[in-house]
Amino acid sequence: MSSSVKIKTLTIDERQVGARENQTILEVARENGIKIPTLCYLKGLSPYGGCRMCIVEIAGSPKLLPSCMTTVEEGMVVSTNSDRIKKYRKNLLELYFSERNHVCSVCASNGYCELQSMAQKVEMSHVHFPYMYPHLDVDATHERYVLDHNRCIACTRCVRVCDEIEGAHTLDIKDRGIEVRIITDLDRPWGESETCTQCGKCVHVCPTGALIERGKSVGEMSKRKQLLPYLTKMREAHE
Amino acid sequence: MKKKLTLATLWLDGCSGCHMSLVDVDERLIEVAEIYDIVFSPLVDVKEFPENVDVTLLEGAISTDEDVEMVKRVRKSTKTLIAFGDCAVTANVPSMRNHFKLEDVFKRGYLETTPGNDIIPNENIPKLLEKAYPVHHFVHVDVFLQGCPPSADNIFYTLAELAEGRTPELSQRARFG
Repeated sequence: MSSSVKIKTLTIDERQVGARENQTILEVARENGIKIPTLCYLKGLSPYGGCRMCIVEIAGSPKLLPSCMTTVEEGMVVSTNSDRIKKYRKNLLELYFSERNHVCSVCASNGYCELQSMAQKVEMSHVHFPYMYPHLDVDATHERYVLDHNRCIACTRCVRVCDEIEGAHTLDIKDRGIEVRIITDLDRPWGESETCTQCGKCVHVCPTGALIERGKSVGEMSKRKQLLPYLTKMREAHE
Repeated sequence: MKKKLTLATLWLDGCSGCHMSLVDVDERLIEVAEIYDIVFSPLVDVKEFPENVDVTLLEGAISTDEDVEMVKRVRKSTKTLIAFGDCAVTANVPSMRNHFKLEDVFKRGYLETTPGNDIIPNENIPKLLEKAYPVHHFVHVDVFLQGCPPSADNIFYTLAELAEGRTPELSQRARFG
């Protein structure tokens, strides 16, 4: 650390912690062993602030803020797990489940899915909202991978890894809100993509069964979670 | 001796897998039988759902007009209603037909998959609802027991806790799928 980096002190869950001035609340919390749940955040990719699971309360602010996007400030008082936050996290997760067709029992990622384990983590007993049951496609045109929109939570980890790490930018999103969809190239079938390098990074950063390897059946699609940290570390070593 | 509680079990739009898991509590079935009298179940020969049931394990989603009648009847007669397994909790596999038109579901089920058959039965059978629903869509549910199927351990734990007058803490034990 260079001597020009300023240190800030703040309070997270009644603990005094020190942070470098450009760090986010989430980074500092994790460094200090304070667990904040996340779905779209993935170390090694740029933060996106989309999933809203990492929301925290900051004294003096009526708004809940995503800790992955909020930079620390001197004297900040942060609460990561109040009853209010817990309630919102649970509601958010119920909305995820109601918005698309997440049928864990027949999903390739059953037992390995971050959405599934998050439901357990936030103690979601059932979904209070009516399910939407949208009619969604499965793009199985790629020779190695499958994109199943039924299971997608639009976290954009795949989009970011494809752009920032692989440098291909095959994946992107179209439309917004509830209509948002992951697309390949200019919304052409994945199998016809001219930019996809078939690297599979998207599959292995996907938290759910939305991106899987072709041929993987129920409960067979465990993701290689070490892939991205390994790549990031090796690149840092080369810089 | 403590007065026995009454237990009912039934499945609506389910595959009976949760009931298989219930049988999987193995020798602990003896303990279950010591705490509960099973008053209604596919495992016993009783035709009418009885009054004043202490605990009901309800497996399966709600998919027909008959299921709706039944779930209301069960709720009225049950003190503690357990949504038993993912189909009861989320509608799970039965809900996979929900984004298709009913007409297309019938065509797929009776015509396309049965060469030579040109009849879609519509008399003397329960009427299929437009969608399959979780149990709590129609009635209040007291305990949500997740899993496809729920593990035998979780089933036994739930029944044992209820018998002791406690609310089962399932959030860290059970999950979907």
